[in-house]
Amino acid sequence: MDSREVVIEARDMVKRFGSFTANDRLNFHVYRGEIFGLLGANGAGKTTALKILCGLSKPTSGEIRVAGYSVRHNPNQIKRNIGYMSQKFSLYEDLTILENIRFFAGIYGMRRREIRKRSATMLKKLGLEHAAGRLIADLPTGWRQKLAFSIAIFHDPQIVFLDEPTGGVDPITRRQFWEMIYEAASRGITVFVTTHYMDEAEYCDRVTIMTDGQIMAIGSPAELKSAYKAESIDEVFRMLARNIE
Amino acid sequence: MRTILFILQKEFLQVFRNRTMLPMILLMPVVQLLVLVNAATFELKSIDMAVLDSDRSLMSHELVSRFEGSPYFKLTHLLSQGAAEAALYDNSADVVLVIPGGFERTMVREGGAPVQLLINAIDGMAAGLIDLYAGNIIAEYGSDMALGGSGDSPAGFGGLSQPDETIGQGKPDRPGGLKPALSPIEVTHRFLFNPTLKYTIYMLPGILVILVTIVGMFLTAINIVREKEQGTIEQINATPILKYQFITGKLIPFLIIALFEFALGLLAAYLLFDMPVLGSLWLVFLITFAFLLVALGLGLLLSAISSNQQQVSFTIFFFLLLFILMSGIFTPTESMPEWAQRINIINPFKYYMRALRMILLKGAGIVDVTRDLLFLGIYGSIALGVAVWRYRKVRA
Repeated sequence: MDSREVVIEARDMVKRFGSFTANDRLNFHVYRGEIFGLLGANGAGKTTALKILCGLSKPTSGEIRVAGYSVRHNPNQIKRNIGYMSQKFSLYEDLTILENIRFFAGIYGMRRREIRKRSATMLKKLGLEHAAGRLIADLPTGWRQKLAFSIAIFHDPQIVFLDEPTGGVDPITRRQFWEMIYEAASRGITVFVTTHYMDEAEYCDRVTIMTDGQIMAIGSPAELKSAYKAESIDEVFRMLARNIE
Repeated sequence: MRTILFILQKEFLQVFRNRTMLPMILLMPVVQLLVLVNAATFELKSIDMAVLDSDRSLMSHELVSRFEGSPYFKLTHLLSQGAAEAALYDNSADVVLVIPGGFERTMVREGGAPVQLLINAIDGMAAGLIDLYAGNIIAEYGSDMALGGSGDSPAGFGGLSQPDETIGQGKPDRPGGLKPALSPIEVTHRFLFNPTLKYTIYMLPGILVILVTIVGMFLTAINIVREKEQGTIEQINATPILKYQFITGKLIPFLIIALFEFALGLLAAYLLFDMPVLGSLWLVFLITFAFLLVALGLGLLLSAISSNQQQVSFTIFFFLLLFILMSGIFTPTESMPEWAQRINIINPFKYYMRALRMILLKGAGIVDVTRDLLFLGIYGSIALGVAVWRYRKVRA
């Protein structure tokens, strides 16, 4: 029914930690260039799923392919083609903005000349060209977050994975952050984002809602709202959560 | 290779940006050498000796004055047996010299007389030295008295148990001391490689070893664990970096820093303490390099299996303490019990310590230390191999 290219595909993805099932037979796929949101309360299993897709964690079972490679057999090929921004802020605080860019771009295999050229453009776009030599430790949270995202897509990955990127950020910065996500998507980068802010779901092309390790619903925000006869995704989510109890 | 260069650049930036790191790297070797070499010594400089002279004769005064003339003993005089015991109990005396009544009379009549040394032996090493020093003075006194012609003085080899000393009787097993002139076998001594028996010369290489290990092992291990704590390691694990690239990138900076540290310590030891450097410097650095591969490999391995700085610090402390105490830095490995010596086969410090002392103090060449070099090389490869293998980019 759909001619678009699938870049992430999960079939019966299961992750167990002992007797606890964090991901219970997840099935979904993500098309190239779309913004795909994974919604759920804290502890619903969003981060676990995202880490499996990034090749940071081994699935217990299931067939999962990212950017054309199996997470089980070729995690390093996947890593070459993705960007990752973890929930925990993870740039080096004792390095400057420029040094962080250079380091991460360097280990993705970019050439120094290319890094220099591109970091200049990037900093200009962020309005940080005068702060290139400042330590990350001295930057306000909003800037750090935007910077971390810019570094995650600096090497032009096919897919970027964002794990609750707007946690603890003020509304204005959140708005700006989503503008950056749109811009990345318009460049053709597929965006896979987890969040527990239901209003952010409205910005996604398609969302899936997770509770207790299971996928409860999947579709575009408009589809979900009409299917559950709800005003907002937040309402959809609350209906689904109530069903569980 | 390019990837490794990017890691190296980043590591050096971080090390030199850390304000506490540089002073530590530059000051630590000098301070450690200055303090430890002078403090960690077995030489006894002032032994507190209490004298209980019940004879109060000319001859007993002469014996006591021998001790007064010695730079090693500080004397106090006591009046009763009770005071002697009290002095030992309250630590005001390390040793009590008891000269019994009738000492002079027995000396004159029989050519020899017993005196008693009561030594606080909580520190066995010190007690042995006190016995040795005091024994030498008494033996010297005895032989002088015998030569001084106090009549017949048969120098028998009485089987008296230490620390009872019988003046006038030679002790054939007394090392380094003057023998009574009448001893039938005369021993002459020559101390090789450290002729003045300077303790510092023996200790310096040991202190250097401790120094490079602490710097190498701790810096490496803590560095990786810090990345785990700050979450940056996860960011790195999400990149296509290969395990060996990561480990190499972490290893080289601290290898260079530790080697620099060693060079600094060696220079300080050479300039400040006249430490002899008889062997080739190349060999010294080669064996240090081999040892550092082991030390850093172990540090990397421990950091790969620890999740925070406390964990890794405690584990390293445990191993360091065990390895250092069994290394022969402070006590000869040969005097350890059989089973301990067998366990000690896995102690990298033992090999490094022995080789380093041999090269520095005896001028040993590569042939003499091949075994140590080989062992450290193999050990290092295994430690690093396991560290790479144990480092997990993908969590189970």
